[in-house]
Amino acid sequence: MSLEERDLAPPEAGSPGGRPAIVIQQLRKSFGANEVLRGIDLTLEEHEVVCLIGASGSGKSTLLRCVNLLEEIDAGRILVEGEDITAPKVDVNRIRRRIGIVFQAFNLFPHMSVLDNVTLAPRKVLKMPSEQADAEATELLRRFGLADKRTEFPERLSGGQQQRVAIVRALAMQPDLLLLDEITSALDPELVAEVLNVIRELARAGMTMLIATHEMGFARDIASRVCFLDAGVILEQGTPDQIFNHPSEPRTQQFLQRIIEAGRL
Amino acid sequence: MSGFGGIGPPDQGDLVSYSPGGPLYARQQQSAVRSTFVALASTFVFFTILAWVVVHAPGWPQVQKSFFDGSLFVSSLPDIAAAFLVNVQLFLISEALILVLALVVAILRSVPGPVLYPVRLLATIYVDVFRAIPGVLVIYILGFGIPGLGLAGVPNDPFFYAVVALTLVYSAYVSEVYRAGIESVHPSQEAAARSLGLSRFQAMRFVILPQAIRRVVPPLLNDFIGLQKDTVLVSYIGVVEIFRQSQITEAANFNFTPYMATALVFLVFTIPLARLTDYLVSRDRASQAAGGFR
Repeated sequence: MSLEERDLAPPEAGSPGGRPAIVIQQLRKSFGANEVLRGIDLTLEEHEVVCLIGASGSGKSTLLRCVNLLEEIDAGRILVEGEDITAPKVDVNRIRRRIGIVFQAFNLFPHMSVLDNVTLAPRKVLKMPSEQADAEATELLRRFGLADKRTEFPERLSGGQQQRVAIVRALAMQPDLLLLDEITSALDPELVAEVLNVIRELARAGMTMLIATHEMGFARDIASRVCFLDAGVILEQGTPDQIFNHPSEPRTQQFLQRIIEAGRL
Repeated sequence: MSGFGGIGPPDQGDLVSYSPGGPLYARQQQSAVRSTFVALASTFVFFTILAWVVVHAPGWPQVQKSFFDGSLFVSSLPDIAAAFLVNVQLFLISEALILVLALVVAILRSVPGPVLYPVRLLATIYVDVFRAIPGVLVIYILGFGIPGLGLAGVPNDPFFYAVVALTLVYSAYVSEVYRAGIESVHPSQEAAARSLGLSRFQAMRFVILPQAIRRVVPPLLNDFIGLQKDTVLVSYIGVVEIFRQSQITEAANFNFTPYMATALVFLVFTIPLARLTDYLVSRDRASQAAGGFR
């Protein structure tokens, strides 16, 4: 399904009869003796936007990297539209095409122009002809206000522009699911809004997204569901209203209290 | 105009006087001219003294006759320059092979995973062995040893073994240069490429290597300066190249002047490459300081 078609589809979470976009079951991951994820269970319906909040080191980024198969998991399963992507013989390159990820530090390719950054994967992975890849990339760049940056190199762009290019690069593969790993944490405060607006637009267009974020205001606005991670487990989840206004767990209350004291909510 | 009398960077008040044609600008120009003059003068004095010491040494007349025979220099130069073409061939063929072989070795050493452990081990042994043995020994062992086996179909041409030996020795060094470049590319670049669905090979080919190679061009050129000079080592297995040719001319005339001609040829060809390398290094440093891509 292309983004344009998705625009037409009503962004209605959990359409009846539809398979969940993602099912994570009892996911565990350790780095040496340090168990970072200690049994995560999480289901995302199609068109759902789920925000992961929690202190640094609570496992948000690791969870996203596991879903993208950038980390090998130790136990549990991850199903993407019913397919077990953590099965032993699965083709990781094929899975990753369907799951886009945007990183905190952008990770654009510094030796390529903006256009080449965006078209590399469509050309090399999807074997799309260059003209078509260029045309589609140009259209996406235009849509996100980057049309005039096509020929620039990443180092010439602001952080906000670089992060928007990184989002466009992920979108160019027409992923079914987008993972966002603290994508505004490396940005100057005045550049955060332009990136978050892009995500809001994607949410309106019905993109399924799993978002690790420290931007509580943004999470409250955009999320259909918020999950509070603590020490490698999802301690509490619910609607933004439930989590931010009526948290039931003391740990969640504590975390939000600290956020409020830091002036971040 | 507070800084008017001072030397060094102007402060705010000097902006007007610092503009081209302004008095401070003129002052700095003047000081640059002066330091260039001092540098030239001290260099001149140093070499004049050195030359004086050499030509007043007790053995100088003898050395002058056997190393600086002007007419022999002129008459030996054409043969020596012609023989240098053999070095150029050696250098160019080996260099092309080294660029490829070293890259393959570097990539093999960089592949993770337990399955490829034997491959990594072999590549590591190769690099260790050929960096440990002096190049001239490798040239001897291959150049005399392999034809000596008398196997059918094995070439006898010393030029062939010269190329093989230089390629094996230098690829070991150059593969380390490549590997340093590959490892200098941050792992997040591979993660980004793989996350888009690129295979490990595609990530290496399109994302990591282009950045790695750009970074290692100066050290690569440095190794090639070494290779250019080490082509004379193959004279030991009977390739008539520039050094062998100068030995022949020397023996025919009982005079060392041909070696001076050879040295001159190398100076002419190597110094531009050395300057280019330095230029590239300083350009890299400048672009890094300016926040360019690393």
